[in-house]
Amino acid sequence: MKNKLFEKYFVFSPYFWLVLFFFIPLAIIFKISISVSEWGMPPYQDIFLFDNGFKINTTFENYVYIFSDYYYIGSFVNSLILALISTFFCLLIGFPLAFYIATSNIRLRNILLVLVVIPFWSSFLLRVYAWKIILQNNGILNVILLNLGIISEPLQLLYNQYAVIMGIVYTYLPLMILPLYGYLNKFDLNLIEASKDLGLNRIKTFFKVILPLSVPGIVAGSLLVFIPVVGEFIIPEMLGGSDRLYYGKILWEEFFVNRNWPGASALAFSGIIILVLPIVIFQIIYSRWSQKNEI
Amino acid sequence: MKSSLIKSTVIFLGLFFLYFPILVLIFYSFNENKRVMVWKGFSLRWYNELFNNEQIIEAFIISIKIAALSATFATILGVMIGYSLVRIRKIPFKSFYIFLSSTPLVLPELILGLSMLLFFISLNNVIGFPSSRGQLTIFISHVTFCIAFVAIIIQARLTDFNKNIEEAAMDLGYNYTKVLYKITLPIILPSIIAGWLLAFTISLDDLVVASFTTGPGANTLPIVVFSKVRLGLSPEVNALSAILMFALIIIGLFYFYFNKKFKH
Repeated sequence: MKNKLFEKYFVFSPYFWLVLFFFIPLAIIFKISISVSEWGMPPYQDIFLFDNGFKINTTFENYVYIFSDYYYIGSFVNSLILALISTFFCLLIGFPLAFYIATSNIRLRNILLVLVVIPFWSSFLLRVYAWKIILQNNGILNVILLNLGIISEPLQLLYNQYAVIMGIVYTYLPLMILPLYGYLNKFDLNLIEASKDLGLNRIKTFFKVILPLSVPGIVAGSLLVFIPVVGEFIIPEMLGGSDRLYYGKILWEEFFVNRNWPGASALAFSGIIILVLPIVIFQIIYSRWSQKNEI
Repeated sequence: MKSSLIKSTVIFLGLFFLYFPILVLIFYSFNENKRVMVWKGFSLRWYNELFNNEQIIEAFIISIKIAALSATFATILGVMIGYSLVRIRKIPFKSFYIFLSSTPLVLPELILGLSMLLFFISLNNVIGFPSSRGQLTIFISHVTFCIAFVAIIIQARLTDFNKNIEEAAMDLGYNYTKVLYKITLPIILPSIIAGWLLAFTISLDDLVVASFTTGPGANTLPIVVFSKVRLGLSPEVNALSAILMFALIIIGLFYFYFNKKFKH
Protein backbone atom coordinates (compact mmCIF):
# COMPACT_ATOMS: atom_id res chain seq x y z
CA MET A 1 0.00 0.00 0.00
CA LYS A 2 1.85 3.00 -1.29
CA ASN A 3 -0.64 5.56 0.00
CA LYS A 4 -0.05 4.53 3.62
CA LEU A 5 3.59 5.48 3.32
CA PHE A 6 2.53 8.71 1.72
CA GLU A 7 0.09 9.54 4.50
CA LYS A 8 2.72 8.81 7.14
CA TYR A 9 5.11 11.17 5.40
CA PHE A 10 2.45 13.90 5.28
CA VAL A 11 1.45 13.55 8.91
CA PHE A 12 4.88 13.07 10.45
CA SER A 13 7.08 15.66 8.69
CA PRO A 14 5.26 18.64 10.22
CA TYR A 15 4.68 16.64 13.41
CA PHE A 16 8.41 16.19 13.79
CA TRP A 17 9.15 19.86 13.07
CA LEU A 18 6.55 21.18 15.51
CA VAL A 19 7.48 18.83 18.34
CA LEU A 20 11.15 19.70 17.94
CA PHE A 21 10.85 23.44 17.37
CA PHE A 22 7.64 24.32 19.14
CA PHE A 23 6.75 21.83 21.84
CA ILE A 24 10.26 21.25 23.18
CA PRO A 25 10.98 25.02 23.40
CA LEU A 26 7.77 25.42 25.44
CA ALA A 27 8.87 22.54 27.65
CA ILE A 28 12.25 24.23 28.10
CA ILE A 29 10.54 27.43 29.26
CA PHE A 30 8.72 25.37 31.88
CA LYS A 31 11.92 23.59 32.86
CA ILE A 32 13.86 26.81 33.35
CA SER A 33 10.96 28.40 35.21
CA ILE A 34 11.27 25.73 37.93
CA SER A 35 15.06 25.84 38.05
CA VAL A 36 17.03 27.39 40.86
CA SER A 37 18.64 30.60 39.70
CA GLU A 38 22.30 31.35 40.30
CA TRP A 39 24.99 33.71 39.08
CA GLY A 40 26.76 32.33 36.06
CA MET A 41 26.19 31.25 32.51
CA PRO A 42 23.58 29.91 32.05
CA PRO A 43 22.12 31.69 35.09
CA TYR A 44 20.29 28.68 36.52
CA GLN A 45 21.12 25.27 37.98
CA ASP A 46 20.30 21.96 36.34
CA ILE A 47 17.11 20.39 37.54
CA PHE A 48 18.72 16.95 37.72
CA LEU A 49 21.86 16.64 39.81
CA PHE A 50 24.07 13.57 39.58
CA ASP A 51 27.10 14.52 41.68
CA ASN A 52 26.05 12.86 44.95
CA GLY A 53 23.60 10.31 43.71
CA PHE A 54 20.51 11.38 41.81
CA LYS A 55 18.64 14.42 43.05
CA ILE A 56 15.87 16.51 41.56
CA ASN A 57 16.65 20.17 42.04
CA THR A 58 13.48 22.15 41.37
CA THR A 59 11.82 25.11 42.97
CA PHE A 60 8.67 27.18 42.76
CA GLU A 61 10.56 30.19 44.12
CA ASN A 62 10.41 31.95 40.74
CA TYR A 63 6.62 31.80 40.65
CA VAL A 64 6.36 32.89 44.27
CA TYR A 65 8.76 35.71 43.45
CA ILE A 66 6.77 37.11 40.52
CA PHE A 67 3.36 36.57 42.10
CA SER A 68 4.27 38.27 45.36
CA ASP A 69 5.78 41.37 43.79
CA TYR A 70 3.36 44.09 42.72
CA TYR A 71 5.83 45.18 40.03
CA TYR A 72 5.06 42.00 38.06
CA ILE A 73 1.38 41.53 38.90
CA GLY A 74 0.69 45.22 38.41
CA SER A 75 2.17 45.25 34.92
CA PHE A 76 0.24 42.15 33.97
CA VAL A 77 -2.97 43.79 35.18
CA ASN A 78 -2.01 46.92 33.21
CA SER A 79 -1.68 44.77 30.09
CA LEU A 80 -5.05 43.13 30.67
CA ILE A 81 -6.71 46.52 31.12
CA LEU A 82 -4.95 47.85 28.02
CA ALA A 83 -6.12 44.83 26.01
CA LEU A 84 -9.68 45.23 27.31
CA ILE A 85 -9.88 48.93 26.43
CA SER A 86 -8.26 48.41 23.01
CA THR A 87 -10.58 45.52 22.19
CA PHE A 88 -13.56 47.65 23.19
CA PHE A 89 -12.54 50.50 20.88
CA CYS A 90 -11.73 48.10 18.03
CA LEU A 91 -15.23 46.71 18.40
CA LEU A 92 -16.76 50.17 18.61
CA ILE A 93 -15.11 51.26 15.36
CA GLY A 94 -15.01 47.87 13.69
CA PHE A 95 -18.62 46.82 14.16
CA PRO A 96 -20.37 49.63 12.24
CA LEU A 97 -17.71 49.44 9.56
CA ALA A 98 -18.06 45.67 9.16
CA PHE A 99 -21.86 45.96 9.26
CA TYR A 100 -22.07 48.62 6.56
CA ILE A 101 -19.56 46.82 4.36
CA ALA A 102 -21.53 43.59 4.69
CA THR A 103 -24.76 45.35 3.74
CA SER A 104 -23.31 47.07 0.66
CA ASN A 105 -23.96 45.68 -2.80
CA ILE A 106 -21.74 42.80 -3.77
CA ARG A 107 -19.25 44.60 -6.04
CA LEU A 108 -18.66 47.45 -3.63
CA ARG A 109 -18.45 44.96 -0.78
CA ASN A 110 -15.39 43.19 -2.16
CA ILE A 111 -13.62 46.44 -2.96
CA LEU A 112 -14.30 47.84 0.51
CA LEU A 113 -13.17 44.65 2.19
CA VAL A 114 -9.86 44.67 0.32
CA LEU A 115 -9.45 48.38 1.16
CA VAL A 116 -9.97 47.68 4.85
CA VAL A 117 -7.56 44.78 5.03
CA ILE A 118 -4.80 46.13 2.77
CA PRO A 119 -3.26 48.38 5.47
CA PHE A 120 -2.85 45.24 7.53
CA TRP A 121 -0.50 43.93 4.87
CA SER A 122 1.78 46.91 5.06
CA SER A 123 4.48 46.80 7.69
CA PHE A 124 3.27 46.70 11.30
CA LEU A 125 6.33 48.51 12.62
CA LEU A 126 6.00 51.32 10.09
CA ARG A 127 2.31 51.82 10.80
CA VAL A 128 3.18 52.32 14.46
CA TYR A 129 5.97 54.67 13.41
CA ALA A 130 3.43 56.70 11.41
CA TRP A 131 1.59 57.52 14.65
CA LYS A 132 4.84 58.71 16.13
CA ILE A 133 4.96 61.29 13.35
CA ILE A 134 1.31 62.26 13.73
CA LEU A 135 1.45 62.68 17.51
CA GLN A 136 4.75 64.61 17.73
CA ASN A 137 4.72 67.92 19.58
CA ASN A 138 5.10 69.69 16.24
CA GLY A 139 3.22 66.88 14.49
CA ILE A 140 0.30 67.12 12.16
CA LEU A 141 -2.42 66.69 14.79
CA ASN A 142 -1.05 69.43 17.02
CA VAL A 143 -0.66 71.73 14.00
CA ILE A 144 -4.29 71.21 12.99
CA LEU A 145 -5.56 71.78 16.53
CA LEU A 146 -3.42 74.93 16.87
CA ASN A 147 -4.64 76.37 13.59
CA LEU A 148 -8.24 75.70 14.49
CA GLY A 149 -7.65 77.61 17.69
CA ILE A 150 -8.79 74.68 19.86
CA ILE A 151 -5.52 74.70 21.77
CA SER A 152 -3.06 77.53 22.31
CA GLU A 153 0.08 75.47 22.78
CA PRO A 154 1.06 71.98 21.56
CA LEU A 155 -0.24 69.08 23.62
CA GLN A 156 2.01 66.27 24.76
CA LEU A 157 0.24 63.54 22.83
CA LEU A 158 3.06 61.06 22.58
CA TYR A 159 4.67 58.80 25.19
CA ASN A 160 1.64 58.07 27.34
CA GLN A 161 -0.95 55.31 27.65
CA TYR A 162 -3.43 57.07 25.33
CA ALA A 163 -0.94 57.06 22.48
CA VAL A 164 -0.44 53.34 23.12
CA ILE A 165 -4.19 52.67 22.93
CA MET A 166 -4.40 54.75 19.76
CA GLY A 167 -1.58 52.77 18.12
CA ILE A 168 -3.06 49.44 19.14
CA VAL A 169 -6.58 50.24 17.95
CA TYR A 170 -5.16 51.40 14.64
CA THR A 171 -2.94 48.39 13.99
CA TYR A 172 -5.34 45.72 15.24
CA LEU A 173 -8.57 47.08 13.73
CA PRO A 174 -8.46 44.87 10.59
CA LEU A 175 -8.18 41.79 12.84
CA MET A 176 -11.50 42.79 14.40
CA ILE A 177 -13.25 43.69 11.15
CA LEU A 178 -12.43 40.49 9.23
CA PRO A 179 -14.16 37.93 11.47
CA LEU A 180 -17.05 40.35 12.14
CA TYR A 181 -17.54 40.76 8.41
CA GLY A 182 -17.30 37.00 7.95
CA TYR A 183 -20.33 36.45 10.16
CA LEU A 184 -22.33 39.52 9.16
CA ASN A 185 -21.86 38.56 5.53
CA LYS A 186 -23.65 35.24 6.00
CA PHE A 187 -26.55 36.92 7.71
CA ASP A 188 -29.86 37.28 5.91
CA LEU A 189 -30.63 40.98 5.50
CA ASN A 190 -34.33 40.19 5.22
CA LEU A 191 -34.29 39.52 8.94
CA ILE A 192 -33.78 43.23 9.54
CA GLU A 193 -36.69 44.09 7.26
CA ALA A 194 -38.82 41.40 8.92
CA SER A 195 -38.09 42.78 12.35
CA LYS A 196 -39.02 46.28 11.21
CA ASP A 197 -42.21 44.98 9.65
CA LEU A 198 -43.06 43.32 12.93
CA GLY A 199 -42.87 46.71 14.60
CA LEU A 200 -39.48 46.74 16.24
CA ASN A 201 -37.71 50.07 16.07
CA ARG A 202 -34.06 50.48 15.03
CA ILE A 203 -32.62 50.18 18.51
CA LYS A 204 -34.68 47.09 19.31
CA THR A 205 -33.79 45.56 15.93
CA PHE A 206 -30.16 46.08 16.72
CA PHE A 207 -30.28 44.54 20.17
CA LYS A 208 -32.76 41.75 19.43
CA VAL A 209 -31.72 40.72 15.91
CA ILE A 210 -28.38 42.03 14.69
CA LEU A 211 -26.34 41.79 17.88
CA PRO A 212 -27.28 38.21 18.91
CA LEU A 213 -26.57 36.96 15.40
CA SER A 214 -23.12 38.54 15.33
CA VAL A 215 -21.97 37.14 18.69
CA PRO A 216 -19.65 34.52 17.09
CA GLY A 217 -17.97 37.24 15.01
CA ILE A 218 -17.62 39.53 18.01
CA VAL A 219 -16.06 36.73 20.04
CA ALA A 220 -13.64 35.70 17.29
CA GLY A 221 -12.57 39.29 16.57
CA SER A 222 -12.17 40.15 20.24
CA LEU A 223 -9.94 37.15 20.86
CA LEU A 224 -7.79 38.00 17.84
CA VAL A 225 -7.24 41.47 19.27
CA PHE A 226 -7.17 40.77 23.00
CA ILE A 227 -4.54 38.02 23.19
CA PRO A 228 -1.72 39.51 21.12
CA VAL A 229 -2.29 42.91 22.77
CA VAL A 230 -1.62 41.45 26.23
CA GLY A 231 1.82 40.36 25.00
CA GLU A 232 2.40 43.47 22.89
CA PHE A 233 5.89 44.88 23.23
CA ILE A 234 6.60 47.13 20.25
CA ILE A 235 3.72 49.61 20.50
CA PRO A 236 4.23 50.56 24.18
CA GLU A 237 7.95 50.75 23.46
CA MET A 238 7.49 53.20 20.57
CA LEU A 239 4.48 55.26 21.64
CA GLY A 240 4.29 54.72 25.39
CA GLY A 241 5.99 56.53 28.20
CA SER A 242 7.07 55.57 31.67
CA ASP A 243 3.59 56.18 33.10
CA ARG A 244 2.64 52.53 32.70
CA LEU A 245 4.59 49.31 32.58
CA TYR A 246 3.25 46.38 30.64
CA TYR A 247 3.77 42.63 30.69
CA GLY A 248 5.78 42.55 27.44
CA LYS A 249 8.27 45.16 28.63
CA ILE A 250 8.70 43.49 32.03
CA LEU A 251 9.32 40.10 30.40
CA TRP A 252 11.85 41.63 28.00
CA GLU A 253 13.74 43.43 30.76
CA GLU A 254 13.66 40.48 33.14
CA PHE A 255 15.42 38.47 30.47
CA PHE A 256 17.74 40.92 28.73
CA VAL A 257 18.45 43.48 31.47
CA ASN A 258 18.13 41.61 34.78
CA ARG A 259 19.40 38.38 33.19
CA ASN A 260 16.97 36.49 35.41
CA TRP A 261 16.19 33.62 33.05
CA PRO A 262 14.15 31.56 35.52
CA GLY A 263 12.10 34.65 36.41
CA ALA A 264 11.49 35.52 32.76
CA SER A 265 10.53 31.92 32.03
CA ALA A 266 8.13 31.88 34.97
CA LEU A 267 6.56 35.09 33.62
CA ALA A 268 6.26 33.58 30.13
CA PHE A 269 4.83 30.29 31.37
CA SER A 270 2.31 32.10 33.59
CA GLY A 271 1.34 34.07 30.50
CA ILE A 272 0.69 30.83 28.63
CA ILE A 273 -1.41 29.43 31.48
CA ILE A 274 -3.39 32.63 32.03
CA LEU A 275 -3.89 33.57 28.36
CA VAL A 276 -3.82 30.44 26.24
CA LEU A 277 -5.47 27.95 28.60
CA PRO A 278 -8.69 29.98 29.03
CA ILE A 279 -9.07 30.12 25.24
CA VAL A 280 -8.87 26.37 24.95
CA ILE A 281 -11.45 25.97 27.73
CA PHE A 282 -13.56 28.74 26.27
CA GLN A 283 -13.57 27.13 22.82
CA ILE A 284 -14.82 23.85 24.25
CA ILE A 285 -17.62 25.56 26.19
CA TYR A 286 -18.49 27.76 23.26
CA SER A 287 -18.66 24.95 20.72
CA ARG A 288 -21.01 23.06 23.06
CA TRP A 289 -23.13 26.16 23.57
CA SER A 290 -23.43 26.82 19.85
CA GLN A 291 -24.28 23.18 19.16
CA LYS A 292 -27.06 23.39 21.71
CA ASN A 293 -28.40 26.61 20.22
CA GLU A 294 -27.89 25.37 16.67
CA ILE A 295 -26.01 28.38 15.41
CA MET B 1 -31.92 58.41 2.46
CA LYS B 2 -30.86 59.29 5.98
CA SER B 3 -29.52 55.82 6.68
CA SER B 4 -27.48 55.73 3.47
CA LEU B 5 -25.86 59.01 4.49
CA ILE B 6 -24.87 57.52 7.86
CA LYS B 7 -23.55 54.49 6.03
CA SER B 8 -21.33 56.45 3.64
CA THR B 9 -20.07 58.62 6.49
CA VAL B 10 -19.11 55.62 8.62
CA ILE B 11 -17.31 53.94 5.72
CA PHE B 12 -15.57 57.14 4.73
CA LEU B 13 -14.38 57.87 8.28
CA GLY B 14 -13.25 54.28 8.73
CA LEU B 15 -11.18 54.30 5.56
CA PHE B 16 -9.81 57.74 6.42
CA PHE B 17 -8.68 56.45 9.82
CA LEU B 18 -6.98 53.47 8.19
CA TYR B 19 -5.22 55.36 5.41
CA PHE B 20 -4.43 58.74 6.94
CA PRO B 21 -1.29 57.62 8.86
CA ILE B 22 0.05 55.83 5.78
CA LEU B 23 -0.46 58.93 3.65
CA VAL B 24 1.22 61.12 6.26
CA LEU B 25 4.22 58.81 6.25
CA ILE B 26 4.50 58.89 2.45
CA PHE B 27 4.01 62.66 2.38
CA TYR B 28 6.84 63.35 4.83
CA SER B 29 9.20 61.02 2.97
CA PHE B 30 9.43 63.73 0.30
CA ASN B 31 10.47 66.38 2.83
CA GLU B 32 13.84 67.99 2.07
CA ASN B 33 14.45 68.87 5.72
CA LYS B 34 16.52 66.65 7.99
CA ARG B 35 14.13 67.48 10.79
CA VAL B 36 11.29 65.22 9.78
CA MET B 37 8.44 67.37 11.06
CA VAL B 38 9.42 70.71 9.59
CA TRP B 39 8.40 70.95 5.95
CA LYS B 40 11.08 72.57 3.78
CA GLY B 41 10.14 71.52 0.28
CA PHE B 42 9.70 68.58 -2.03
CA SER B 43 12.78 66.46 -2.57
CA LEU B 44 13.89 62.92 -3.29
CA ARG B 45 16.96 63.42 -1.13
CA TRP B 46 16.08 60.75 1.46
CA TYR B 47 15.37 58.16 -1.21
CA ASN B 48 18.82 58.81 -2.52
CA GLU B 49 20.36 58.51 0.95
CA LEU B 50 18.36 55.34 1.54
CA PHE B 51 19.80 53.60 -1.51
CA ASN B 52 23.28 54.56 -0.38
CA ASN B 53 22.74 53.31 3.15
CA GLU B 54 24.62 50.03 3.22
CA GLN B 55 23.27 48.98 6.60
CA ILE B 56 19.67 49.20 5.42
CA ILE B 57 20.35 47.59 2.03
CA GLU B 58 22.18 44.69 3.66
CA ALA B 59 19.40 44.20 6.20
CA PHE B 60 16.87 44.27 3.39
CA ILE B 61 18.68 41.49 1.50
CA ILE B 62 18.97 39.35 4.65
CA SER B 63 15.26 39.86 5.39
CA ILE B 64 14.17 38.91 1.88
CA LYS B 65 16.36 35.82 1.95
CA ILE B 66 15.04 34.64 5.31
CA ALA B 67 11.45 35.45 4.36
CA ALA B 68 11.59 33.59 1.03
CA LEU B 69 13.21 30.51 2.56
CA SER B 70 11.03 30.32 5.65
CA ALA B 71 7.87 30.95 3.61
CA THR B 72 8.79 28.05 1.34
CA PHE B 73 9.44 25.63 4.20
CA ALA B 74 6.40 26.81 6.13
CA THR B 75 4.24 26.36 3.04
CA ILE B 76 5.41 22.78 2.45
CA LEU B 77 4.83 21.81 6.08
CA GLY B 78 1.62 23.85 6.35
CA VAL B 79 0.13 22.17 3.27
CA MET B 80 0.97 18.79 4.81
CA ILE B 81 -0.85 19.74 8.03
CA GLY B 82 -3.87 21.16 6.22
CA TYR B 83 -4.09 18.04 4.08
CA SER B 84 -3.62 15.70 7.05
CA LEU B 85 -6.29 17.40 9.14
CA VAL B 86 -8.92 17.26 6.40
CA ARG B 87 -8.13 14.12 4.41
CA ILE B 88 -6.23 11.69 6.62
CA ARG B 89 -8.35 9.99 9.23
CA LYS B 90 -5.69 8.25 11.28
CA ILE B 91 -3.45 10.76 13.01
CA PRO B 92 -1.81 9.54 16.21
CA PHE B 93 -2.64 11.83 19.16
CA LYS B 94 -4.80 13.98 16.93
CA SER B 95 -5.69 16.57 19.58
CA PHE B 96 -1.99 17.04 20.28
CA TYR B 97 -1.48 17.49 16.54
CA ILE B 98 -4.20 20.14 16.45
CA PHE B 99 -2.73 21.79 19.54
CA LEU B 100 0.72 21.96 17.92
CA SER B 101 -0.56 23.34 14.65
CA SER B 102 -2.92 25.98 16.06
CA THR B 103 -1.30 27.28 19.26
CA PRO B 104 1.37 29.35 17.44
CA LEU B 105 -1.54 31.45 16.14
CA VAL B 106 -2.61 32.56 19.62
CA LEU B 107 0.70 32.53 21.47
CA PRO B 108 2.12 36.05 22.01
CA GLU B 109 5.23 36.53 19.84
CA LEU B 110 7.27 37.52 22.85
CA ILE B 111 6.75 34.15 24.54
CA LEU B 112 7.45 32.32 21.29
CA GLY B 113 10.65 34.29 20.79
CA LEU B 114 11.84 33.63 24.35
CA SER B 115 11.12 29.91 24.06
CA MET B 116 13.04 29.68 20.78
CA LEU B 117 16.04 31.51 22.21
CA LEU B 118 16.17 29.33 25.32
CA PHE B 119 15.77 26.26 23.12
CA PHE B 120 18.72 27.21 20.91
CA ILE B 121 20.87 27.96 23.94
CA SER B 122 19.97 24.63 25.57
CA LEU B 123 20.52 22.77 22.31
CA ASN B 124 23.95 24.33 22.03
CA ASN B 125 24.77 23.22 25.58
CA VAL B 126 23.77 19.66 24.77
CA ILE B 127 25.00 19.02 21.22
CA GLY B 128 27.18 22.05 20.54
CA PHE B 129 24.92 23.36 17.81
CA PRO B 130 24.01 26.09 16.89
CA SER B 131 27.18 27.60 18.31
CA SER B 132 25.99 31.12 17.59
CA ARG B 133 22.61 32.48 16.63
CA GLY B 134 21.99 34.15 13.31
CA GLN B 135 20.12 33.74 10.08
CA LEU B 136 19.62 30.00 10.55
CA THR B 137 17.98 30.37 13.94
CA ILE B 138 15.71 33.19 12.69
CA PHE B 139 14.79 30.99 9.74
CA ILE B 140 13.83 28.04 11.98
CA SER B 141 11.74 30.27 14.27
CA HIS B 142 9.95 31.90 11.37
CA VAL B 143 9.11 28.56 9.77
CA THR B 144 7.70 27.41 13.11
CA PHE B 145 5.28 30.26 13.54
CA CYS B 146 4.31 30.62 9.87
CA ILE B 147 3.27 26.96 9.49
CA ALA B 148 0.03 27.53 11.37
CA PHE B 149 -1.07 30.39 9.09
CA VAL B 150 -0.53 28.33 5.94
CA ALA B 151 -2.23 25.33 7.53
CA ILE B 152 -5.52 27.17 8.22
CA ILE B 153 -5.68 28.57 4.68
CA ILE B 154 -5.15 25.10 3.15
CA GLN B 155 -7.51 23.49 5.64
CA ALA B 156 -10.27 25.94 4.74
CA ARG B 157 -9.75 25.36 1.03
CA LEU B 158 -9.74 21.56 1.32
CA THR B 159 -12.87 21.59 3.47
CA ASP B 160 -14.54 23.73 0.81
CA PHE B 161 -13.96 21.59 -2.21
CA ASN B 162 -15.84 18.49 -3.06
CA LYS B 163 -14.16 15.25 -2.10
CA ASN B 164 -16.18 13.47 -4.80
CA ILE B 165 -13.83 14.81 -7.47
CA GLU B 166 -10.95 12.94 -5.86
CA GLU B 167 -13.05 9.82 -5.45
CA ALA B 168 -14.23 9.97 -9.05
CA ALA B 169 -10.61 10.15 -10.22
CA MET B 170 -9.79 7.13 -8.05
CA ASP B 171 -12.71 5.21 -9.57
CA LEU B 172 -11.42 6.07 -13.01
CA GLY B 173 -8.16 4.34 -12.19
CA TYR B 174 -5.91 7.06 -10.85
CA ASN B 175 -3.80 5.91 -7.96
CA TYR B 176 -3.34 7.84 -4.75
CA THR B 177 -0.23 9.75 -5.82
CA LYS B 178 -1.68 10.60 -9.20
CA VAL B 179 -4.87 11.99 -7.62
CA LEU B 180 -2.77 14.15 -5.35
CA TYR B 181 -0.64 15.58 -8.13
CA LYS B 182 -3.24 15.78 -10.92
CA ILE B 183 -6.37 16.70 -8.98
CA THR B 184 -5.83 17.92 -5.43
CA LEU B 185 -2.69 20.02 -5.84
CA PRO B 186 -3.89 21.97 -8.91
CA ILE B 187 -7.18 22.74 -7.15
CA ILE B 188 -5.53 24.07 -4.00
CA LEU B 189 -2.62 25.73 -5.85
CA PRO B 190 -4.04 29.29 -5.52
CA SER B 191 -4.38 28.76 -1.76
CA ILE B 192 -0.83 27.44 -1.61
CA ILE B 193 0.39 30.62 -3.32
CA ALA B 194 -1.74 32.73 -0.98
CA GLY B 195 -0.30 30.86 2.00
CA TRP B 196 3.24 31.43 0.77
CA LEU B 197 2.59 35.17 0.33
CA LEU B 198 1.14 35.42 3.83
CA ALA B 199 4.09 33.55 5.36
CA PHE B 200 6.53 35.70 3.37
CA THR B 201 4.96 38.92 4.66
CA ILE B 202 4.79 37.71 8.26
CA SER B 203 8.45 36.75 8.20
CA LEU B 204 9.48 39.99 6.51
CA ASP B 205 7.57 42.03 9.06
CA ASP B 206 8.55 40.17 12.22
CA LEU B 207 10.53 42.11 14.80
CA VAL B 208 9.95 40.40 18.14
CA VAL B 209 10.85 36.78 17.34
CA ALA B 210 13.78 37.90 15.18
CA SER B 211 15.11 40.10 18.01
CA PHE B 212 15.25 37.09 20.32
CA THR B 213 16.80 34.66 17.86
CA THR B 214 19.19 36.97 16.02
CA GLY B 215 22.94 36.97 16.35
CA PRO B 216 26.02 38.45 14.73
CA GLY B 217 25.54 39.24 11.05
CA ALA B 218 21.80 38.75 11.09
CA ASN B 219 20.24 42.15 11.52
CA THR B 220 16.96 41.93 9.66
CA LEU B 221 15.22 45.00 8.27
CA PRO B 222 12.71 45.39 11.15
CA ILE B 223 15.57 45.15 13.68
CA VAL B 224 17.50 47.94 11.92
CA VAL B 225 14.40 50.10 11.47
CA PHE B 226 13.38 49.63 15.11
CA SER B 227 16.83 50.65 16.34
CA LYS B 228 16.55 53.81 14.21
CA VAL B 229 13.07 54.90 15.26
CA ARG B 230 12.85 53.61 18.83
CA LEU B 231 13.83 56.95 20.29
CA GLY B 232 13.10 59.40 17.51
CA LEU B 233 12.28 59.91 13.86
CA SER B 234 14.42 59.14 10.85
CA PRO B 235 13.94 60.67 7.39
CA GLU B 236 15.52 57.64 5.76
CA VAL B 237 13.00 55.37 7.44
CA ASN B 238 10.26 57.60 6.01
CA ALA B 239 11.55 56.95 2.52
CA LEU B 240 11.89 53.25 3.24
CA SER B 241 8.32 53.20 4.59
CA ALA B 242 6.89 54.61 1.39
CA ILE B 243 8.65 51.98 -0.74
CA LEU B 244 7.93 49.08 1.61
CA MET B 245 4.27 49.99 2.09
CA PHE B 246 3.80 50.10 -1.64
CA ALA B 247 5.53 46.74 -2.19
CA LEU B 248 3.68 45.02 0.63
CA ILE B 249 0.31 46.35 -0.50
CA ILE B 250 0.97 44.87 -3.95
CA ILE B 251 1.77 41.52 -2.31
CA GLY B 252 -1.47 41.87 -0.34
CA LEU B 253 -3.46 42.40 -3.54
CA PHE B 254 -1.93 39.25 -5.03
CA TYR B 255 -2.87 37.38 -1.88
CA PHE B 256 -6.50 38.43 -2.30
CA TYR B 257 -6.43 37.47 -5.93
CA PHE B 258 -5.15 33.96 -5.22
CA ASN B 259 -7.17 33.37 -2.10
CA LYS B 260 -10.43 34.35 -3.79
CA LYS B 261 -9.87 32.70 -7.15
CA PHE B 262 -11.72 29.44 -7.86
CA LYS B 263 -13.74 29.93 -4.71
CA HIS B 264 -17.06 29.97 -6.53
